[in-house]
Amino acid sequence: MSDSKPVLTTRYRQPLGDKLWRRFVIGVPYFWLLLFFLAPFAIVFKISFATPIVAQPPFTQLFDFGTDTTHWLLATWDNYRFLTEDNLYWVSYFKSIKIAAISTFICLLVGYPMAYGIARAAPTTRNILLMLVILPFWTSFLLRVYAWMGLLGKNGIVNSLLINIGLIDSPLQMLYTDMAVYLGIVYTYIPFMILPLYATLEKMDTSLHDAAADLGAKPWQTFIDVTLPLSMPGIIAGSLLVFIPAIGEYVIPALLGGLDSLMIGRTLYDEFFVNRDWPLASAVATILLIIVVIPIMLFQRSQQEPE
Amino acid sequence: MQKSSRFVFSALCFGFAFLYIPILVLIAFSFNQSAIASVWGGFSLRWYTALFNNEQIIEAALLSLKIAATSATFATILGTMAGLALTQMGRYRGRLVFTGIIAAPLVMPEVITGLSLLLMFVSLQELIGWPVSRGASTITIAHITFSMAYVAVVVQSRLSSMDQSLHEAAMDLGGRPMQVAFDITLPLIAPSMLSGWLLAFTLSLDDLVIASFTSGAGASTLPMVIFSKIKLGVTPDINALATLIIGTVSMGIIIASLIMFRQNKLNKVG
Repeated sequence: MSDSKPVLTTRYRQPLGDKLWRRFVIGVPYFWLLLFFLAPFAIVFKISFATPIVAQPPFTQLFDFGTDTTHWLLATWDNYRFLTEDNLYWVSYFKSIKIAAISTFICLLVGYPMAYGIARAAPTTRNILLMLVILPFWTSFLLRVYAWMGLLGKNGIVNSLLINIGLIDSPLQMLYTDMAVYLGIVYTYIPFMILPLYATLEKMDTSLHDAAADLGAKPWQTFIDVTLPLSMPGIIAGSLLVFIPAIGEYVIPALLGGLDSLMIGRTLYDEFFVNRDWPLASAVATILLIIVVIPIMLFQRSQQEPE
Repeated sequence: MQKSSRFVFSALCFGFAFLYIPILVLIAFSFNQSAIASVWGGFSLRWYTALFNNEQIIEAALLSLKIAATSATFATILGTMAGLALTQMGRYRGRLVFTGIIAAPLVMPEVITGLSLLLMFVSLQELIGWPVSRGASTITIAHITFSMAYVAVVVQSRLSSMDQSLHEAAMDLGGRPMQVAFDITLPLIAPSMLSGWLLAFTLSLDDLVIASFTSGAGASTLPMVIFSKIKLGVTPDINALATLIIGTVSMGIIIASLIMFRQNKLNKVG
């Protein structure tokens, strides 16, 4: 690979201080991430093969090198078998992917014209609009989800408004439905879609549009054939930034969703905190990790080739 | 052309209305005399007084601020180092894995990060007896881990868009790497380190899921207290709290961007 080529780095012998500095700068954050980000996944994987017991911690060890030398491995597939047998988990996984995918698409539909408008605005207006997109991103996620509870509730503002106008007689059930979950995800994640879209649209060379127009393309043709393909990196980055965390979302389905709005993040959370079944929660997490690992790799690739 | 710009304009209006109306309604109703969410009973500050007399909330807020300040500081140090390691350190063994795991915490579903960190802490406790108990310290470690990724991305993007000639010149003139980092690179990236710190601070202040997993029985952060209150429905004193938080953050952002805007202007004039 590229290692075979001599690189323009230090040919001379590095002084000890420089070497230590280099090791320190690379080593400390690297070690931290290995210890607290990568290694924990191995432990989740390990515990997903354990058996739950009433103890502290509430799971069995996988190895027992005691007297019985033939049965030292105590790992079990039971947790995974249970996952495949109980419909609840499949429904949760499927529904999470579906809700995340549809929400991502809605974010794209709403966010693209906004990003486009911001990128084409005059510089001063552009800065103000950009700040207006970033501002909700800095304010509390939890409280922004909570704001919708006041709007959508049975005695909420939307219902009382509709009744006052005379459109409906009795309040609609809006809170604790799937619709509320979609609304909550789109509402909280849309800045993540707009910002990468804006970044690619802003960099785009507008002379291409003029060229397309000069050559007789209609505005929508220019959009489909020039703007849209060129903004693909932003579309991909934005979609992954919304889609991946949305799959495992817990807060939004817990606050806005009904009892039947099963998303896997909520199922995992309840398995852990309500049923206190750590091994099963670990198995649920392992499968979720397998689902998100390919999108995450795509995301990293999209981060690495911006030039 | 006319038609398409009208479409973009209405999309912007709709989008910003969608983003802001819920927040504005929430703020308005925090001054509501009535306890019922949709009935306006006149202007009142009663929910603010109720909030400041709620010791549980004050205590949780102080704990959250402490955790946020500590974790943001460590995350900024580690994230800046990671940013340097990714842009200015050339090649080294394991660089590929490093680049792989630095951006992953950004998108990793919170339930996975939370569960895996908790199980890590439990295993470490069994192995080496540390951490003795879970609480503020384990939440802080968890917050450092995910927010250092944000700092690293912010710092890295600044470093890679920066003119490398100053760095190279300093090295050519015989500066030692550490000296160059402290005298040249760090002052240049200080603004992005500051925004990285602020980002880490607000992320920590806002986190519910990871804190719930990594906390022990004793420590409840502000989002944990808020969540347990709002799970059952709308409570007006949380509206007051939300108004205070959103107001403070917005003020900070607006002031910061005004300062940056003015500096940019001055730079252009000067």
